[in-house]
Amino acid sequence: MGGMTSQPAVSDKFGDYGGRFVPEALMHALDELAAEFDAAINDPGYVATLNDLMVNYVGRPSPLTEARRFAAQCGGATVLLKREDLNHTGSHKINNVLGQLLLTKRMGKKRVIAETGAGQHGVATATAAALMGIECTVYMGEEDTRRQALNVARMKILGAEVVAVTAGTRTLKDAINEAMRDWVTNVDDTHYVLGTVTGPAPFPRVVRHFQSIIGQEAREQVLRRYERLPDAVLACVGGGSNAMGLFSGFVDDPDVQLYGFEAGGRGIASGEHSARFSGGTPGVLHGARTYILQDEFGQTRPSYSISAGLDYPGVGPEHAWLHDTGRANYEPINDEEAMTAFRLLSRTEGIIPAIETAHGIAGAMRVGQRLGPDAVLLVNLSGRGDKDVDTAAAYFGLIDDAAAAEL
Amino acid sequence: MTVSVAEAFQAARGEGRAAIIAYLPAGFPDRASSIRLIRAMIDAGVDMVEVGVPYSDPVMDGPVICRAAEIALEAGATTADALEVVRACSDTPAAMLTMSYWNLIEAYGPERFAADLAAAGGAGTITPDLTPEEGQQWIADSDSKQLAHVFLAAPSSGDSRLQLVADSSAGFVYAASLMGVTGVRSAVGGTAEELVSRLRQVTDTPVAVGLGVSTAKQASEVAAFADGVIVGSAFVKRILEAPDIDAAEGSVAELAGELVAASHRQ
Repeated sequence: MGGMTSQPAVSDKFGDYGGRFVPEALMHALDELAAEFDAAINDPGYVATLNDLMVNYVGRPSPLTEARRFAAQCGGATVLLKREDLNHTGSHKINNVLGQLLLTKRMGKKRVIAETGAGQHGVATATAAALMGIECTVYMGEEDTRRQALNVARMKILGAEVVAVTAGTRTLKDAINEAMRDWVTNVDDTHYVLGTVTGPAPFPRVVRHFQSIIGQEAREQVLRRYERLPDAVLACVGGGSNAMGLFSGFVDDPDVQLYGFEAGGRGIASGEHSARFSGGTPGVLHGARTYILQDEFGQTRPSYSISAGLDYPGVGPEHAWLHDTGRANYEPINDEEAMTAFRLLSRTEGIIPAIETAHGIAGAMRVGQRLGPDAVLLVNLSGRGDKDVDTAAAYFGLIDDAAAAEL
Repeated sequence: MTVSVAEAFQAARGEGRAAIIAYLPAGFPDRASSIRLIRAMIDAGVDMVEVGVPYSDPVMDGPVICRAAEIALEAGATTADALEVVRACSDTPAAMLTMSYWNLIEAYGPERFAADLAAAGGAGTITPDLTPEEGQQWIADSDSKQLAHVFLAAPSSGDSRLQLVADSSAGFVYAASLMGVTGVRSAVGGTAEELVSRLRQVTDTPVAVGLGVSTAKQASEVAAFADGVIVGSAFVKRILEAPDIDAAEGSVAELAGELVAASHRQ
């Protein structure tokens, strides 16, 4: 275990990042969550129940697909896709949600709340809540309910209440604000199922733990099939849970490069992006110290991305630490690059990725060109693109307005 | 004349009442008006004022104060404006505090914020999303300028946390009357009295009760067991509902007067 790259499993600080910047009213619940989590992951009964769900409900292990035709777009490198899109509910989000819903039951709480951007975390939470008979409310920015109408319908079908948040920028940031207000008010009987590796401690390490199955499986799969480690592992980074899940399997392999791809939106120079490491600075948002988009006064600057799931001004504190130590590289991918990759992967492999995921796919094209044909790239295919068909159809002009109106 | 928190409590105590602590965001609806409204509250007798620094992501605030923060930010309010509001009211008999979410102070520079607040005649700061664990340097920065540093206690805080919050606070401890965000509530329950009583067992620092206190009747109830009564959303609501700034001034002065009258202990 290298000193620079490893942190004790129970650490709630990642260098200067992380911590807890929350109203005192939440401190008890965060302490309770940390204690319950630490007990649960050492409880064979809990672990067995979660493993059973992962195999027989989620469909794990998720396959590793070699993208042979798409590889031509990546400098001829070997491109391996970790297929989290094939999980039940269509993304990696379910891994974390099932772990947290089992914790909710252990804590004797009867209600969960969640924020969602693209709707993937909301759908996963609504799904697990339905499975376990727990009441569920999902907060979603009004702008995102429009962009991701299909997922709103899915959550409602699953029995969740969906609250469209009309405050602020009406996106993920404001959905988190509203979820935190709900939690402060109802913390006695409600667990907040935070969907990514940010927020106050212990959430970053809780969510990383539940997502680390991605990296564990992928590492074994690559070693078994190719008898070597990948040269680079790559993922898109919104809050950063799919990336952290994958990275965690390789962070202690010094020869494996880690790449995170943030949403570059309309370009860093335009100011319309969600690239915290290219256009942000350290600060405190939503309970953690990390890189955030902010103005000189500390007011949060609105983020932008074509992808609702990456459209967030903060990032997980462990990513901030991996960035500062140089262990991981973070680069922006703009809307156009992501959409180009979205179409290319669809047409070369028959896999329609989520637009969030397409940022990681575009990153593989860039890194593959750099590393050349001998390189092995492992990309997290974190979610499927069914929810994005409307957005993509409009972007590529595939349907006229009249036909779109009938959809 | 700069009034400290301790002096403000002492003055109220001398009149046989709890201190009335009024909250208003700086720059709401604009900087000049916020100074005028705060001076009207002080003229009507409030003992302390919390000048809120408007923030883009106020997770401890309900819709009323969120709306006020939005209006202030749209009008261009900054952290420096909050310090200017403090300065403009530092010649009054009220202790002037700031209330700020932590990232704004971090962006301004905590040491510089403490120095500028002290220079402006401020008495201290309330930090609703800073816990003692993360606030050790801030405590030192505030102490070096003889400023109050107020942390929050909640009904959910266990005994050891109450001890920590009380030991970390100077000036007063902010006791959250309920689990929730700021806003007008129809009743202040027994939760607040129980929390104050638990705090009394661990500290001699004054305790002020906030969240949900909006009427003279509620203020009177709280004044019976707490050293201070904090009222925010009720003032903001009156300003939002007033047809113009003159009416708003009259309305907040009226409420301030009622609260002060209700703060006398029976």
